[in-house]
Amino acid sequence: MIMSELIKNKKLSIISFSGDFDKLVAAFTLATGSAAVGYDVNIFFTFWGLNAIKKKKGRAFTGKGFLARFFGFLMGSINNVPLSKLNFLGASPKLMTHMMRKRNVATLNELVEAAILLNINLYACEMSMHILGLTKDDFIPEVKEVIGVANFLNYSEGGDRMFI
Amino acid sequence: MITKYLDITREHCPMTFVKTKIELSRLQKGDRLEVLLTEGEPLENVPVSSEEQGYKVISIEKIGGNIHKIVIEK
Repeated sequence: MIMSELIKNKKLSIISFSGDFDKLVAAFTLATGSAAVGYDVNIFFTFWGLNAIKKKKGRAFTGKGFLARFFGFLMGSINNVPLSKLNFLGASPKLMTHMMRKRNVATLNELVEAAILLNINLYACEMSMHILGLTKDDFIPEVKEVIGVANFLNYSEGGDRMFI
Repeated sequence: MITKYLDITREHCPMTFVKTKIELSRLQKGDRLEVLLTEGEPLENVPVSSEEQGYKVISIEKIGGNIHKIVIEK
């Protein structure tokens, strides 16, 4: 088999669970880098990971039902995601973004934009959306589909799977 | 045939590959992309991964310091 055929069949599927700033940067860095070298890439957002693909990028009362909306406000969205260590009430992710810009490293929002341009398949977890009272309309339009475990296994079959 | 230009000498992983791939995807067949990149990972991998994805690397030329110019055709 020649190299181009090998590359054509390569696939990476990431389960984005954490929703922490640094882990999202890791997930999107791996995803965009892999897509750029010819991998098919899927990202399955579940639980905290869903915060990365919300349409409203700041804190907002997103979701259906009082508790869900309150919880949605507390969690925030991609511009509020916390650093997994030394978060300092949300100051650190902003500081980190500033350092990334200064050192010419792609910021989290730039990585998400790149993922969209590279046609990475973005999927949202049906079950965690149900708990959090979220619908597909609460997410950016590039989210391709709302799926569960069975479909994730189907779409990721034959490739590498990663939990971040 | 048109030639587009891309400077990724100040970029870091993964944006070196990502920007190249995005620019290549915007070209028509037969168009060329001239990329300025640095030695190390970008020079080792951008030409190889472009070829693997079916693009043609026309030339690789050192243009001074650790900067190289590669021309890729779609």
